[in-house]
Amino acid sequence: MASKIKVKAKLSGDIAEIKTLMLHPMETGARKDPDTGALVPMHHITQLTLTKNGEPIVVANLSTAVAKNPYFSCKVRGAKAGDMLKISWVDNLGATDELETVLG
Amino acid sequence: MHAGRRLVLKGGIALAALASLPRVLLAAAWPEKAFSSTAAGQAMIDLLGTDQTTASDQIRLKVPEIAENGAVVPVTISTSLENVESISIVVENNPRPLAATFEISPETLPDISSRIKMGETSDVMAVVKTDAGIFSTSKQVKVTIGGCGG
Repeated sequence: MASKIKVKAKLSGDIAEIKTLMLHPMETGARKDPDTGALVPMHHITQLTLTKNGEPIVVANLSTAVAKNPYFSCKVRGAKAGDMLKISWVDNLGATDELETVLG
Repeated sequence: MHAGRRLVLKGGIALAALASLPRVLLAAAWPEKAFSSTAAGQAMIDLLGTDQTTASDQIRLKVPEIAENGAVVPVTISTSLENVESISIVVENNPRPLAATFEISPETLPDISSRIKMGETSDVMAVVKTDAGIFSTSKQVKVTIGGCGG
């Protein structure tokens, strides 16, 4: 399946600004289905990992309080064109997604 | 030169050597206990070992004063504190206050943004863990429509 992660990485000097958007419902488990009235089960990303050339640069632990289709941005020093960025996540149901991109 | 001073110097050098070792970021298990806690203080004890933080004006927490839609509240946290190990977002009045925690490597700048959900008007706290302690700053966000399924 094609990755549903979007990433924009901009290099200025040796600092890379990484912006990423993930497609995920981030269900809290408290929302009711408007048609059936039944609770929609909790479904959220638990861990988001960003790596640069295989080395983790950010490990984020998320709860249901992160908004639907999570957005995350960060800045990394010591970056250069050609660096391999990888963004991956795993959710509470064991689903995963990942995306690799080359900086530059 | 006094022996005592020598010892202090040596100790200082050893410490500096230790501090310069690159800290390796490891993906630890998802902190389920801290995330399932229903009180902000307890969530911080479960996550960081303490709910005592030092208020710091070196942390910049950017949140809207009024969030019209609690389902999407942008949060930006940056700090001039050094050797930051993690940045956490705690929303005091959310059913589960700990929203997210971001562990960063030494080469990652302590400057992150994300979007959170807020059930009602609440203080939002940015908690920054450095090698020198745990620091925080808070701001109130007024929510006009909640984002927790109500």
